[in-house]
Amino acid sequence: MYRLLIFILILTNWLIFSGIFDVFHIGLGVLCAGIVTWISSDLLFENRSKSIRGRLREMSRLPSYLVWLLWQIVLANVYMLKLALSPGGLEEVSPRVVRFKTKLESDFARFVLAQSITLTPGTVTVKIVGDEFYVHAISKAAADGLDGTMEGWIAHVYEPELEEKQA
Amino acid sequence: MGLFFTFVGIGLFALMLPILYRLIVGPTAIDRIVAVNVIGTKTAVLLVIVGVIFKQVGMFVDFALAYALLNFIGSLAAARYFHRVRQDREASSIKAPTTT
Amino acid sequence: MSFLINMISGALVLVGLTFFLAAAVGVIRFPDFYTRMHAAGKGDTLSTILILLGIAVFTAGNFSVDNLLIAVKIMAIAVFIMLTSPTSTHALMQAGYDDGIKPFEKEKEDEIETEEKPTA
Repeated sequence: MYRLLIFILILTNWLIFSGIFDVFHIGLGVLCAGIVTWISSDLLFENRSKSIRGRLREMSRLPSYLVWLLWQIVLANVYMLKLALSPGGLEEVSPRVVRFKTKLESDFARFVLAQSITLTPGTVTVKIVGDEFYVHAISKAAADGLDGTMEGWIAHVYEPELEEKQA
Repeated sequence: MGLFFTFVGIGLFALMLPILYRLIVGPTAIDRIVAVNVIGTKTAVLLVIVGVIFKQVGMFVDFALAYALLNFIGSLAAARYFHRVRQDREASSIKAPTTT
Repeated sequence: MSFLINMISGALVLVGLTFFLAAAVGVIRFPDFYTRMHAAGKGDTLSTILILLGIAVFTAGNFSVDNLLIAVKIMAIAVFIMLTSPTSTHALMQAGYDDGIKPFEKEKEDEIETEEKPTA
């Protein structure tokens, strides 16, 4: 089941990147996708016990999160622009390392959280030890910006049972 | 529009020079890896722009993709290497008093 | 129509260049390795995405199947960079932090090196 899904994903990638649709090239694509699926199909979709309904719910909730994240990336860059180009920008720079514990449980959700923290205004994930995040914030305002909104979004997308437990 | 992209390419190249300064001066080794990483990403973009200028985007897009992949793997490998060097140094400094 | 597409694509590319200018200035100006990493990691990602988006709009502008496919490829590069750039930033940050590079700090009197927070 999952193998078939991965095979189709890889084959789609092949078709997009090759861009030649004759029998020989598509045949090569099927061969390569088959070999890759055979060797490394267990690397994708880590947790396979999730129901199809759960996956569909994730898929339906992901786009709104991505739109919000893109907006945050734009904000982050405008902030960076302000700090770098304004003459007094360096006054506001006062870096600090912030530590916090996360409530997210799966590795993938934590990975998404770390990536998102890196892309939002003034903060970069330094490392994750156990369930503790070390985040480097470039100014006080940026450190105050880590107020749980993003973790709430990711819990909403990937771990809805966690949200229900708290509500 | 070709002229516009020529100037964009020149601008992009000019903006790489300050980062090249960081690559040459940069106090720590990791500063230099960061500079190489940024220049590498921008080189991928520059390859696409060169493709637009010479009206062969289809060919240059593949180069850019391969370049982006190599750049990512290269900077990851460099980061891992420095991490490893640090751990080895710590391990040997712990071991050193017992052996002497 | 083609004029409109050229305008959109040109505007996207120019905004991308502006963000890259911010990243370059930040890499020069910021006081220590960690803050430079902020400038490099963020400015690099968004400027790359915007410039590639501009080129994709320009390429897809004359609506043939080949050109649409090339535009999709260009967007695939953009998505790839958006995924990998934070990862390499993170790896380098961790290497630097474990290497013991001291973060530059301004408010030494009232801040401890790491502060605890109850949640994200």
